[in-house]
Amino acid sequence: MANKHVNAVVIGAGAGGGVVAKELATGDLTVVLFERGRWHTFDEHGDDELTSQRTSPLKCGYGPDNERNWRMAPDGKNGWTKVFPNEWSYGNNAACVGSGTVSYGAMAWRYQPEDFHLKTKYGTVPGSTLDDWPLSYEELEPYYEKAEYELGVAGDPTNDPYVPPRKKPYPMPAFSFNREGIILEKAAKRLGLHPFPIPMLRNSVPYNGRAACIRMRTCVGFACPVGAKAGTQNTVIPVALKTGNCELRINCMVSEIIVDDRGKAKGIKYFDADNKLQEQTSDLVVVSASASETARLLLNSRSKLFPKGAGNNNGWVGKNIQDHAYTGAYGLFEDEVYDDVGPGACIAINDFNHRFSDIIGGGVLCNEFIRMPYQFTSIRPSGSRMWGKDHKDFQKKNFKRHIAIHGPVQEMPVFEKMVEVDPVVRDFWGIPVVRISGFRHDNDIKVTHFLADKAEAWLKEAGAIQTWQSVPGKQSTPSQHQSGTCRMGNDPKTSVTNRYGQLHEIDNIFIADGSLHVNNGGYNPALTILTLGYWVGDHIIEKWKGTNMKSN
Amino acid sequence: MLISFNTACRNKISRWRYLEEEEISLLDAIVEQIIPTDDFPGGKWANVSNFIDKQLNTYYRKHQLAYREGLAAFKKTVIQMKAKKFEELSFAEQTAMLEKIEAGEFYGDYWKDHSPANFFDMIRQHSLQGFYGSPAHGGNRGYISYHMLGLDYPNVIGQNRYNDLNWRKYNPKFPENGK
Repeated sequence: MANKHVNAVVIGAGAGGGVVAKELATGDLTVVLFERGRWHTFDEHGDDELTSQRTSPLKCGYGPDNERNWRMAPDGKNGWTKVFPNEWSYGNNAACVGSGTVSYGAMAWRYQPEDFHLKTKYGTVPGSTLDDWPLSYEELEPYYEKAEYELGVAGDPTNDPYVPPRKKPYPMPAFSFNREGIILEKAAKRLGLHPFPIPMLRNSVPYNGRAACIRMRTCVGFACPVGAKAGTQNTVIPVALKTGNCELRINCMVSEIIVDDRGKAKGIKYFDADNKLQEQTSDLVVVSASASETARLLLNSRSKLFPKGAGNNNGWVGKNIQDHAYTGAYGLFEDEVYDDVGPGACIAINDFNHRFSDIIGGGVLCNEFIRMPYQFTSIRPSGSRMWGKDHKDFQKKNFKRHIAIHGPVQEMPVFEKMVEVDPVVRDFWGIPVVRISGFRHDNDIKVTHFLADKAEAWLKEAGAIQTWQSVPGKQSTPSQHQSGTCRMGNDPKTSVTNRYGQLHEIDNIFIADGSLHVNNGGYNPALTILTLGYWVGDHIIEKWKGTNMKSN
Repeated sequence: MLISFNTACRNKISRWRYLEEEEISLLDAIVEQIIPTDDFPGGKWANVSNFIDKQLNTYYRKHQLAYREGLAAFKKTVIQMKAKKFEELSFAEQTAMLEKIEAGEFYGDYWKDHSPANFFDMIRQHSLQGFYGSPAHGGNRGYISYHMLGLDYPNVIGQNRYNDLNWRKYNPKFPENGK
């Protein structure tokens, strides 16, 4: 039996898609929200580090599975090699209802106003497609606020002189510092820096019918046992479902957007839970499947007018993929600094973003989420013995005596750093797979060294008896912070969507995820993706009222 | 029917899922090198070999051949060099052997096509997973590594308790064992 026609299909129940589905459903559109994964709970996974989303040697607990999903990655010899979701070079993002917002660390950063007009601020950067966003921070501010209030953010910007301007306080008070935070706060102040509590999409007090955080050790990489961490799966998606206008179709893999000969989207094709190919027609399609999978879906949706994929006549779909160049330092301390108060990350400094004339961009610095026992086995100064007595002694001695400070360096977008679909290799369902290639810009490396020096100095001031830096190289595979593959812009020649996430070339297809980011800020991107969900959703509703998107 | 298909297909009956008794005894000696016993039990007591065997029949099926052929070649190389099985060497001699393979200094037919260093690193990583990961996967017996690191388990606040203190019985260095 054919599926009933609906107004909107939303593909991907993560940060962007969850919000858009809620906005459309409460705006009285009929919606089917597609998710290739399923619902997950804490109880199913417990505190199993080996299948967490953070360290996943056995599998990615929150999806996707290794049995049906793979990609191709450069093999270092001008060829390609097959990689699976739990391998570093796959570039994974969780595949489940809520996606990354189920198992993330839940930092709730707004990008800086400067991040929206980097080209104006820094000029053209050779080798980079750096550009301004087609919208300003001021335009997005009310949507940031909406995201913070609907999902729930705990924070206090009082001590952060560089906080992006905000009209209202955070809806919940900030979290207290754990022992690491207390030590680092004093040291940062002595250095003349401005430490403050990290804003979190996590309840510091009961909020919106969900409990307050119980400070678990296993937070990042895991679901929350009490639902204190806000994800779309426990906030906006339940609201969408409650309207009666939205159906969530899980375990369904969307393979193609159907585009007719007049260049309009008619709906989508998908493999249902029994792997049977089905169609769902709709008046409009919203793609929010993550920067890599959104690009993949567009590239795989070839039609008469768009032989290179939907919206890709200018060849920009999949280009400019970014993540963050994570950098920082570790420090060992004489006394125990670990107090088992999760999730660990609690203190930040914003002093190193857009404040230095010779540094383009920058990044926030935070103490890291708790390093679990297996993860800690690889945290060593270079040259350390990685097994045997020395290795075990280090585990015993330093597990509770080390602090890690890390920061996400804003990457310069590079056109040749890209997502393509493989011409030959197909996944379990027969859909051409993603392959990601390209290298970081030299500027990223420069900034990582700059920021790692600052992190190391902070640790030394805090009393670390030994420190070492952790700086990434040019090779990278964008994963949880992936972005930029369908950038928004005013010029249809050098962007994929307009400022509302609407494809330049096909006016009833929208994007609502990190793909839209023109650049990715020096911050964890989740709150900005949620915010863009509200921004895009709002625009669709407005357009819808004029019935512009009715297809006949 | 408790005999698995996998076991039934082979001539020898093994208590294990994929590995043979002989392979386990070699692996036990290796994992004990990677996580040696001190004030706390080492890799052998913590059932790290059991973890690896279990994964070879589930998540790590793709590594089956690497273990089967690699362990056989490892055994052979050690006998050629020391005229003894690896398990029969002294602890210090074993350590020296593993330092050699880690440095890629294992030679012979098998090692021409298979990196000795990669083989060792695979076992090293799997051993650390078995020792420091969740007991649900067959290693980290009684959450021994969590005891060792001083981490309460289960980690639900207000419900901290230790279930299994039996490891003390097996620890030769623990005073209660009369050594």
